[in-house]
Amino acid sequence: MLMAYASVAAFFLVAIGFIVGSMVAGKLLRPANLYAEKLETYECGEAPVGPAWFNFNPRFYIIALIYIIFDVEIAFIYPVAAVFKRWVDQGNGLFALVEILIFVAILMLGLVYVWAKGDLEWIRSIKGDPRGIQNTHSRTRPATPIVAEPAAAREPLAQGAE
Amino acid sequence: MATEQSLLNLMAPPKGWGSPQYKDDGGSVIQTNVDTVLNALLNWGRSNSIWYMLFGLACCAIELMHTGGPRADLDRFGAVPRPSPRSSDLFIIAGTLTYKMALRVKRLYDQMSEPRYVISMGSCSNCGGLFQYAYSVCKGVDQIIPVDVYVPGCPPRPEALLEGLLKVQEKIKSEKFLQMRYGASANG
Amino acid sequence: MTPEDIHEKLKTELGEEAVFDFHPVSTKDRDAWLQVAPFEIERVCEYLKTTKGLSFDYLECITGVDYPDLKKIVVVYHLYSLTQKHRIVLKVFLDREDPTMPSIVNVWSAANWQERECFDLLGVLFEGHPDLRRLLLPDDWEGHPLRKDYEEKEEYHGIPTVRPNPIDLFKIQIPAKEAKAS
Repeated sequence: MLMAYASVAAFFLVAIGFIVGSMVAGKLLRPANLYAEKLETYECGEAPVGPAWFNFNPRFYIIALIYIIFDVEIAFIYPVAAVFKRWVDQGNGLFALVEILIFVAILMLGLVYVWAKGDLEWIRSIKGDPRGIQNTHSRTRPATPIVAEPAAAREPLAQGAE
Repeated sequence: MATEQSLLNLMAPPKGWGSPQYKDDGGSVIQTNVDTVLNALLNWGRSNSIWYMLFGLACCAIELMHTGGPRADLDRFGAVPRPSPRSSDLFIIAGTLTYKMALRVKRLYDQMSEPRYVISMGSCSNCGGLFQYAYSVCKGVDQIIPVDVYVPGCPPRPEALLEGLLKVQEKIKSEKFLQMRYGASANG
Repeated sequence: MTPEDIHEKLKTELGEEAVFDFHPVSTKDRDAWLQVAPFEIERVCEYLKTTKGLSFDYLECITGVDYPDLKKIVVVYHLYSLTQKHRIVLKVFLDREDPTMPSIVNVWSAANWQERECFDLLGVLFEGHPDLRRLLLPDDWEGHPLRKDYEEKEEYHGIPTVRPNPIDLFKIQIPAKEAKAS
């Protein structure tokens, strides 16, 4: 049993050694001649304008969050699938199935919530706001123009809140 | 600020990898068999993986693309195209260089890391070429950056550019890499 | 419509001061052209674009020519109508010392870059142009190259503008024949 750990340790050491070795070799072998023009930020040959840092879109965060939740769900389903045959042979197949379906159903509830809230669209729309999910395929109904104040959408929400 | 800096730096020509500051000053690294073997090994590795920067400016760019294509293949020499100067060791200037672009070429050459080499491809970057009497054309890229290999032609055939690459490989294989590297650090 | 008809229509509508000096197609002029007074150009172009029969909706080219002997810079407009399929050339003669004229960017937006190029290479100033700066040459270039009296500078930011002839550099000295004979 301890031998298994030893093989993992060997793998780990080789991986670390590979990386560290190549970085050390690089440091020893490469010429290091740094001067101001070389250290300038690369901007396709132009003199750099402004800082290289910028605000990233929080929509990416939403997508990453949703992805993590469902990826972890899949990760939990895999072991169940792996041992499912054994449970079926033991006669507990139905129990296992119902258990995993309850698990999936709870997370499906989360998915339905996210879907209804409009978080699956790239441009998140408020419920009742016609600007969000545009039907761009319709030839008869034109797309709603984007205006600054969603005055039309505010009222239904207010009514819903009441 | 940055533009004034770049204007000042054009006065001083940039130092290529083969410039005196890197040359072997004799005696900084002991010459032994190990040294020669290491040099040979390093040079072999370096010459067979020359990553070039795609810098197609004009018609020679088409020939550069053809040289990267399947018939005359640059990739079989280990030369892969890179978009940025930071990750390339060869700068192939393919096409007419105008004064407007010359400033950018200087900046890009500065942003490459040593060891760096330059191939001047085609007549326009060798000497101004067909447009030598034009007011806006730089008469040769060697007025701005040090060039290692000149490939003549208008445009040079892909085979000609391959020969240029082979000449760069020869140059790399004939270098005393460790002496140049540690000679520089000894000089400070 | 033939160029003569276009000229007649313009003359009746806009007057002799605005459009004059019609040159039909000849051996010297491949396109029929007519002169336009500099400050009337916008009115003329507006009329050419919007009139039903003329409808010049395509500005093909704006260029300039420098005539130092006439002491004029001529700005040439090539207009084409995609619907009516006829073509006309307008020329505006400007004073060489002070070449200023109104811009026709509000009529055709293609004129934006064309006029920038004209400014870049000849120095013609277009009043009312939203963004008149150099187009092809670097922003800090001095001079207007397409003028006939343009002098090339010695260097640009330290880059020399002449390259020595390699034959001059590598001249091999051939010994004189008399020395060889003796």
